Amino acid sequence: MEWTVLDFWIVSAGILASLSCALLGNFLILKRMSMMGDAISHSVLPGLAIAFFLTSSKASFSMFLGAAVLGVVTSILTQWIHKHGNVDQGASMGVVFTILFAIGLVLIVQAADSVDLDPGCVLYGAVEYIALDMITFVDFEIPRAIVVLSLVFLLNSCFVLLFFKELRITTFDTQYATSLGFNSDLMHYALMGLIAITVVAAFESVGSIIVIAMLIVPGATAYLLTDRLSLMIFLSMFFAILSAVLGHFSAVYFPPFFGFPDTNTSGMMATLSGVIFFVVVIVSPRYGLFSSLLNKMVTRFRVVQEDVLSIIFRSEEENSLGATKEHILLYFIHHPLWLSIAMKFLEFNKKINRRGNVYVLTAIGNSESITLMRSHRLWESYLSTEIQAPHSHFHDTADRLEHIHDADIQETLDLEGRDSEFDPSGKKIPPESED
Amino acid sequence: MKKKLYFLLLSFAILLLPSLNPLLFSEPSSLVLKHQHNFDWPSSEDFLRIISLRDYNTRIVLLGTMLFGFASGMIGVFVTLRKRALVGDAVSHASLPGVVIAFIFMVSLGGTGKFLPGLLAGALISSFIGVGVILLVRNYTRLHEDAALGIVLSVFFGFGVALLGITQKMKEGNSAGLDSFIYGKTASMLISDAWLILVSAFVVLILSVMFFKEFTILCFDEEYTLARGWSVFGLDLMMMFLTVGVTVVGLQAVGLILVVALLIIPPISARFWTSNLKKMFLISSCLGAISGILGAAVSALVPKLPAGALIVLVCGILFLVSLLFGSESGMFIQLYRNLRFQYRILIQNLLRSMYEIANSKQSFKEDDLKSFMIDYEELFNFRSWKKMSLMIAVEVSKFKNLVIKTKKGLIFTKSGYLESVRIFRNHHLWELYLLNYAGVGLGHVDHFVDDIEHIIESKILEELGEEQRS
Repeated sequence: MEWTVLDFWIVSAGILASLSCALLGNFLILKRMSMMGDAISHSVLPGLAIAFFLTSSKASFSMFLGAAVLGVVTSILTQWIHKHGNVDQGASMGVVFTILFAIGLVLIVQAADSVDLDPGCVLYGAVEYIALDMITFVDFEIPRAIVVLSLVFLLNSCFVLLFFKELRITTFDTQYATSLGFNSDLMHYALMGLIAITVVAAFESVGSIIVIAMLIVPGATAYLLTDRLSLMIFLSMFFAILSAVLGHFSAVYFPPFFGFPDTNTSGMMATLSGVIFFVVVIVSPRYGLFSSLLNKMVTRFRVVQEDVLSIIFRSEEENSLGATKEHILLYFIHHPLWLSIAMKFLEFNKKINRRGNVYVLTAIGNSESITLMRSHRLWESYLSTEIQAPHSHFHDTADRLEHIHDADIQETLDLEGRDSEFDPSGKKIPPESED
Repeated sequence: MKKKLYFLLLSFAILLLPSLNPLLFSEPSSLVLKHQHNFDWPSSEDFLRIISLRDYNTRIVLLGTMLFGFASGMIGVFVTLRKRALVGDAVSHASLPGVVIAFIFMVSLGGTGKFLPGLLAGALISSFIGVGVILLVRNYTRLHEDAALGIVLSVFFGFGVALLGITQKMKEGNSAGLDSFIYGKTASMLISDAWLILVSAFVVLILSVMFFKEFTILCFDEEYTLARGWSVFGLDLMMMFLTVGVTVVGLQAVGLILVVALLIIPPISARFWTSNLKKMFLISSCLGAISGILGAAVSALVPKLPAGALIVLVCGILFLVSLLFGSESGMFIQLYRNLRFQYRILIQNLLRSMYEIANSKQSFKEDDLKSFMIDYEELFNFRSWKKMSLMIAVEVSKFKNLVIKTKKGLIFTKSGYLESVRIFRNHHLWELYLLNYAGVGLGHVDHFVDDIEHIIESKILEELGEEQRS
């Protein structure tokens, strides 16, 4: 398929709509009100209908005004029912937007049979038709949707840039913001009004499914990658552009791949944003599934090694000979498969030596297991002073906690829990190692 | 547990009694309501016809929407208490790709693709996948539940829209009307739809009653659920299963928005009437059923208006009524309680001021209350209060027979004097307590006590008295 001007318009409309939404969506994610986008996209309907009734035209300005008012009304009513009705925010949102949407439906049906504001069309959206409505701007023919969306994007970015400080502080700590003299309610309602305007702008041109997806998904994706608000906003905008571009390409090229005709871009943009989200969920370096799995494996392996060391140490303490593999397996609580890997690794790092079929600790291994022993016994004596339970009750707990042995914790434990040189079972607590 | 199993088996046996079918529905004719194009007020004849359920179609629609309202009002109670109100919204959007994939699959097998059980199965499967993704995102990423809901809703729905775009351009199969699966077609509900809703309502009822105890504890105290040895995940899954079931069944019968509304609004309305879960359960399901019936009836009278929207509106009106007049936490009852409390404070302030003035005068004798009068002027200057509140306090105290009102001033009655002694005593007990135990300075203590003296119970006062004596 050729890259035509139409494709260019579709992609730019998609990008503009996605950017406008993603910009504001970050704050919805952080305020834990992600469903507000969906709610507002339904509840603006009566606003549109009333604007249509009053002006009996589909002029953009009155529609935007009606939508913005309804957006603010939605969030005010949601807050009010949440506060006075003793219900959570999601529920009060659900009450408000369904009732408003129903009112909107009835109003629109009443309006006229010719109004093309039918909810199905609104929800499915049709980026492909934007070229049907062109206006002349200087010397160029530009789709009206592009102009409207650019203005909305400009409005949203001005809002975020100008009120960045206020938005940040009211989003993260409402009470603190109020105590500093910022009006958090005002910021909140301004945000909701802008979301409503964005929703309507996108309704007309690209379909509301893009709005609902782009308000949430790019922001959520960015949230998995960073803890800085400014970076989060930039990342979310990047993901928004990416989903818009890839969305259009996949709408055109993907279905024919399976022998189907091409499909609409709006739906594919939402789908692609979901795919990007899925990828980031897995590979995100800090909060991703892969990295957390890796972390778990690394920690697990360290724990296994430490367990092996301490088993050998204990058996050396008892018979000063070291331990056979069978002996280690007797006390080994992990899967036996781990054991051979851990032993190989320990031998390689020169922490244990093999003499015949008996394993003994080297100097390095010895000092490490003394640290472990110290940790174990410190934990035990801490637990016995804090919990005051018999020794048998917390031996297992200490077995697990002993692996937490950084210097800070050891010092704290040493100061708090210990009142003698011996742990509760009468064993000596080894002193702190020199290094 | 065994009892519950028997109960379940028995209920299904009853449900499957096919003999019920011809009893309920006898005339399989004229299935679609006539569509008028201009707005006419219904004639009394129409009205009678609807009310008396003479039309076969009206009967089915009313029965279907009533049952649906009943079922969703029931499961909605648990869902909203578990703070998952918007799950219905996400799940109903998430069913779209399943519907379309089922359609494509059935077309590729050579059918028309409009086989209802197939589409329903597709919707169910994809809604379940949606629920799974919600739970996974919530549990395994740093995102919260709201974001998980939003992501599933928008991405699944977007995918569905994209697939729908494919089917519309497909040569085989006629995909027109596939989207009505999501938006519903209440007015032309079929007997099979009503039957399906009946079955699912029954299942919801049975399971909710069976697991009432478990769900209740899960909603109010998740940790306790764990301590009882029940699986939180399992119960959550069961609750979600019921929600998805009701949603998907409701979707094609009554439409997306209606499903969401009837899951949320009746339980929240019921919350204004009671704090007792069993009553809430009952009220919520009744409210759901009532809005189903009334909404469908109105839409049968005025066929031009969409039935789904009307049912939501009726539901909304019931919500508004509950919000205002609810006997537990409605606006008016809250206003009343607040006013009553304000009055009590005013009366107590008045009586204490009178007591303090009276006891500062030589001429006052406790056994001759009638001969001692306190000027309004003096009373007004005694505290910093507004003229209005003093007037109200005087009127209310007179009404309660605590004082006698004359032109120039007030006279204690017997009961009024006793009450004022009690109030004065309370005030001082608190003052001493705060001085001795809270380390409040002498100059500040009066201010604190002024706030607190009105809300004390007799038990605390006894303790304070004990404290004082020792």
